[in-house]
Amino acid sequence: MALQSLDIKQRSATTTPSTQVRQTIEIAKLIDVSACIGCKACQVACSEWNDIRDEVGNCHGVYDNPMDLTAKSWTVMRFTEVEQNDKLEWLIRKDGCMHCADPGCLKACPAPGAIVQYSNGIVDFHQENCIGCGYCVTGCPFNVPRISKEDSKAYKCSLCSDRVAVNQAPACVKACPTGAIQFGSKGDMKDYAAKRVADLQERGYAQAGLYDPQGVGGTHVMYVLHHADKPDLYAGLPANPSISPLVALWKGFAKPLATLALAGVALGSLFHYVTKGPNEVSKETEDEIEREDREKEDAR
Amino acid sequence: MIRDPKDLKRYEPAERANHWVVGISFILLALSGLAFFHPAFYPLTQLFGGPVWTRILHPYLGVLMALSFAALSFRFWHLNKMTPADKAWLGRVGEMVSGDDHNMPEQGKYNGGQKVLFWALIGCMSLIAVSGLLIWRAWFGFDITLVRLGAVVHAAAAAVMIGLIMVHVYAAIWVKGTIRAMWYGTVTRAWAKQHHRGWYRQVTGK
Ligand code: HEM
Ligand code: SF4
Ligand code: SF4
Repeated sequence: MALQSLDIKQRSATTTPSTQVRQTIEIAKLIDVSACIGCKACQVACSEWNDIRDEVGNCHGVYDNPMDLTAKSWTVMRFTEVEQNDKLEWLIRKDGCMHCADPGCLKACPAPGAIVQYSNGIVDFHQENCIGCGYCVTGCPFNVPRISKEDSKAYKCSLCSDRVAVNQAPACVKACPTGAIQFGSKGDMKDYAAKRVADLQERGYAQAGLYDPQGVGGTHVMYVLHHADKPDLYAGLPANPSISPLVALWKGFAKPLATLALAGVALGSLFHYVTKGPNEVSKETEDEIEREDREKEDAR
Repeated sequence: MIRDPKDLKRYEPAERANHWVVGISFILLALSGLAFFHPAFYPLTQLFGGPVWTRILHPYLGVLMALSFAALSFRFWHLNKMTPADKAWLGRVGEMVSGDDHNMPEQGKYNGGQKVLFWALIGCMSLIAVSGLLIWRAWFGFDITLVRLGAVVHAAAAAVMIGLIMVHVYAAIWVKGTIRAMWYGTVTRAWAKQHHRGWYRQVTGK
């Protein structure tokens, strides 16, 4: 990589190690759900900085707009109304790529270098190498990547890797008016989260906590949740996300073994031929047929 | 080899053409599919005009193969019913493989091994076709668990099928005088008498 700040640590469909020598600092974005007012300034900032303009959709009678992530909407606010402790609560979660330490998308991708993980932790899609197969969608435990209908390439939040590379915080972080989105080293973000969690617990949210799911090795986008015991309340945020066992099986040790087995069949056939020789019609049988023919001829 | 008018007809032109459509589409599918199967095979995408074209073309080739395979299996279905003689043959397949076929039980048009292969291929092709549709994102968007299951089944069944076809092709190369059955549809009487004596009797009346 041209930029040291974007050293590639892991690369899709690549069986040899990527750059391991330099260790840049591991970064994280912290989304404090309890401080979000749902203004969507971050959605707009994302669209501005990344030069993507989604189609203007329709009103579906709810605040969610657009209704889902798309190839042109890399982050959306998801609004949920729940009753907790006999009170109505309006939960607003900024959804998007979690930048997993163990990314299912990267594991599933068959195209070398279409998905990379920088040593700072950002998982980035390199569309020029993407073939549009959608395996990343199959591999992601958070249902994040989207295949564009225009160019059949996969898109998702890049955590503004271009900004982070030059020591700038992601666009959404800059735009948030309440400071609900923080950015820094992963260690600093955990410290900051611990303070917010302590504050929330003091104010009656006994189950407040940090969402940094270990099933995917931790994430580089983390949430502070008032109900960390029930992540599901927040528009179906998975409680224990991990790469699906089916995906692990599909992309695991079975494939190199199957490849070896196929090579074995090919080589086995070759050596069978050279050791046993071809299976030819025996001289005996050929003579029998010839004799029959001659007898028939003679009879005429 | 000079063709003898007394050669026995084994396949009709339509059967041969059908088999070649299946064979060609299978080879293209195996090469394009393996390209996504493991990074070691990714360079195979160059055979199809690059990685994106490979991704686009593979499933359409798959539909072609699934349909022509279905037609071929209907043609040969009734010829592949297992009989006790086939089971006896399978029980002694070791002798056959070691190169000594003198004492093998008499076989009809197809031997027990060919029949087992036939049914195994039908099983693989069915699994591959269904799972292939499940993971075809250009047209479909099935439930994520189904897609994940489809990915595993597609890759596994394809690997098994590629192995089976390797055995199928090798058997045709190993048993001399076989491949011409797929070129011009005939085999010599001696070939038939040695390898498929039951069928030889049936077609010659001997
Ligand atoms: C109805 C028939 C078929 C359909 C619809 C189909 C569809 C697909 C699709 C959609 C993919 C994902 C890549 C892409 O989007 O191009 C794929 C991958 C693959 N296909 Fe097929 N296919 C079919 C038949 C076959 C056959 C007969 C073989 C066997 C040689 C095969 C072998 C593979 C392999 C090895 C992969 C890669 C699997 C992996 O990534 O682990 N396919 N197929
Ligand atoms: S959330 Fe999904 S798309 Fe983002 S890094 Fe994790 S697996 Fe990849
Ligand atoms: S769609 Fe692109 S990024 Fe996603 S798995 Fe396929 S090649 Fe990789």
